[in-house]
Amino acid sequence: MLAYVLRRLGALVVILFGSSFLLFNLAAISTDPLAELRLSDAQNKEQLILNLSRELRLDLPPPLRYFIWLRGVLGIFVGNPNFGLTREQEPVIEAIIGAIPTTIRLVTVATIVAIILGISLGITSALRQYTRFDYGMTFFAFLLFSLPIFWVAVLLKQYLAIDFNDFLVTAKISPPWIVMLSAATGFFWAAIFSGSRKRVVLIFSGVFVANSIFLTFISATEWLAYPRLGPIAIAVFGVGIAFGVTYLSMGLSDKNALKTTLLMAAVGTISYFPAQTILDSNRPRLGILGLFIVLLIVSIAGAFVFSRIDRGPIIRTSIITSTLIGLLILLDKMMQNWRPYVESDDVNYRPVATIGQSTIWLSEVSFWVRVLDFAMHLILPTLALTLISFAGYIRFSRGTLLDVLNQDYIRTARAKGLTERTVIMRHAFRNTMIPLTTIMVGDIAGIVGGAIITERVFAWQGMGTLFNKAINTFDLNLLMGVIVFLSTLAILANLIADLLYSVLDPRIRVGAGK
Amino acid sequence: MARNKKEVEITNEANENAIANKETEGLSQGQIVFRRFIRHRAAMISVVFLFTLITIVYTSLDWRIGDEEDPFIIPGWWKYGFEDMPELRFEDCPGGTVGCPTIDAVPFIDGDGISLGEHPFGQDDIGRDYLALVMRGAQRSILVMFIIGGIAATLGTVIGAVSGYFRGFVDAVLMRLVDFIITVPVIIIGSVIGFHYGNKGAAFLALLLGLFSWTGLSRLVRGEFLTLREREFVDAARVAGAGNRRIIFKHILPNAVGVIIVSVTLLMSGAILTETALSYLGFGVVAPDVSLGLLISTYQDAFTTRPWLFWYPGLFIIAIALCINFIGDGLRDAFDPRQRRRLSRKDKANARKLESRAEVA
Repeated sequence: MLAYVLRRLGALVVILFGSSFLLFNLAAISTDPLAELRLSDAQNKEQLILNLSRELRLDLPPPLRYFIWLRGVLGIFVGNPNFGLTREQEPVIEAIIGAIPTTIRLVTVATIVAIILGISLGITSALRQYTRFDYGMTFFAFLLFSLPIFWVAVLLKQYLAIDFNDFLVTAKISPPWIVMLSAATGFFWAAIFSGSRKRVVLIFSGVFVANSIFLTFISATEWLAYPRLGPIAIAVFGVGIAFGVTYLSMGLSDKNALKTTLLMAAVGTISYFPAQTILDSNRPRLGILGLFIVLLIVSIAGAFVFSRIDRGPIIRTSIITSTLIGLLILLDKMMQNWRPYVESDDVNYRPVATIGQSTIWLSEVSFWVRVLDFAMHLILPTLALTLISFAGYIRFSRGTLLDVLNQDYIRTARAKGLTERTVIMRHAFRNTMIPLTTIMVGDIAGIVGGAIITERVFAWQGMGTLFNKAINTFDLNLLMGVIVFLSTLAILANLIADLLYSVLDPRIRVGAGK
Repeated sequence: MARNKKEVEITNEANENAIANKETEGLSQGQIVFRRFIRHRAAMISVVFLFTLITIVYTSLDWRIGDEEDPFIIPGWWKYGFEDMPELRFEDCPGGTVGCPTIDAVPFIDGDGISLGEHPFGQDDIGRDYLALVMRGAQRSILVMFIIGGIAATLGTVIGAVSGYFRGFVDAVLMRLVDFIITVPVIIIGSVIGFHYGNKGAAFLALLLGLFSWTGLSRLVRGEFLTLREREFVDAARVAGAGNRRIIFKHILPNAVGVIIVSVTLLMSGAILTETALSYLGFGVVAPDVSLGLLISTYQDAFTTRPWLFWYPGLFIIAIALCINFIGDGLRDAFDPRQRRRLSRKDKANARKLESRAEVA
């Protein structure tokens, strides 16, 4: 295994040499840093051109200049990499290090959301093969495949930021909207649980009524303008999470698992009260860590108390439950800071941000307001990136699960009398995940490409901005820095995909036999 | 009773198999694939729609052939060209905007019925007819799509085929080249090329982009060739005295054509999005030429006041890409040997009839 990884890392270096050589020459031939000067009518034009040529070593042909550049970069092996200076005489490496966190934040959140949503929709679609829901999902996925990301981004800006902010001032949902939203949710759930006509109508009307009441309540209490959860809502959601997670992972018939998760719901609700003081203290990061460690310990202990058999799966179930409840508590903390955030001068009742990655003034305020500010700036770009990339997950997870469900071991599992839940979640879903990891990791490179456009639309200062600047100012050093970084990321992602593949599927032995 | 039902289902399935087999009796592989494709409803609708769209788009504007001074003109069906500047319309527009669309696609509500009017998609800042602009942009985008698809298909197939067939040193060299290109996101290579060569026209840009888009396809073709070259029919061909070129193009390639066609369609729908994205970033087609991405990029700030400037080019991109995607999906289903047709109610009724006849007998 180690030998394999080392060999792959060696290949990575070779590939990086090759692709950087190719792109360096391509970029050097197709850009002309002197073009602007040639057109200028400055007095000392000749001198300026000469100076710049000397500075950029334009007297040498591109392949030779590549090796000059490479000599600096190879310093990475002696701990002193030199990616050169940008046209503004700033070290390239500093510019890139400054831009990485922004891009990583954007890409990570979008990837996680896309994976979770895409896989759950894809799997539902596969389990309801050839129903209206399935056809709807197929169409939806193809529609998303065909959307230009910058076009979606502008639409989101208009409808989810400008119009939604206007709406948030009053936060009153008008009756036609309530009807429309409830009908849409009703159709969605009725399509998922399709069956006889009577059943469909029943589910539709049930969801419709419940949703209408819920939305009316939200509207009447102005919840969207004054969002809050509080201990009661956390307790209710906690019990819901406990049942949901137990159903998916162990089945509700497993009383021990259910007891453990319900215990975790109770513990989570109780921990809400001490959590308030801990999270408001002046070490909030430590507080978050502490909260999750306590929840983790209690969930393992609870599982030990309540279970004799199946201890491992029950521990896993209870950890998932308590993590979700912990996240609810954090969400509530952010909601408590909603009003101060929205009412502040710089936000001025326009919380969903369309531009930039944070509001600049916010260094003075509390940790939670700053987190909220980051979150509000993340919403639109993340949504745009997610919409574009999760279509792939829908299609792929649907196809894979359908393949897996036709395998003999699924028939065996059914034949020995396992419940459908166990067959799907334990036998089918896990095997679906194996090929999914390859596209999951490979997709990250694609999302980074999408991030370049998204950053432009939403005026984020990340790798995409650097890249745009590099091209527009003929900055070869900066351009090469960005490209080397992005291609390293892509190749590493590929390597990780291969390793994960062999971890998930013991039949695949990487590096064997060569 | 329940057991009975199960048995009926099993025999039904057997009969359905029989129907499926009966249908493909005596047909060549190509005919089977073609029949499967014809039956894919979404793909067929897309084929018809895309064909209509392309016809409409390419016949809308005047074609000028020959020299600049005295061109030979084939008139299009639309009265304005994308360079004409008719007078900007001020009246009848909502909210004090100018040049709003005159298209009336919803009959009866405001009384006039369906009509195109003077400027169906509205006008831009300086009065140019937006329908003409969008048509011109769509022409460019479709052209770019086909050029990239064509070049990538040719290069990817040949390189993948050579690499997979000869293996060894040739394969190693070619696949390293693929690795070099494939590690860099398309949008980056496209930007680097497009920034300098965008002003040389859409066709030239597409040509260059095509030179860098074949990598994914070549890997697929190589994989396909690696397995196919071990099959008996290849040995048979070689024993019969066929040369390498003949084996590659006459014997193996027809067997790999499914993979190629499907991935080329998907590549083409990707190509149209890449072109629009590049034009949006300013690294693709540049003014005075027109492309759909460029139109969106130019008028995105006008979205709040004059949304039509934003909607129409976007809708054309989506329509084209969506059609191509559905056609690709239909082709994949058609070429997939494991794919069994989902029997319609009529077929199932037939199966049942067959079975009851069998029972009587």
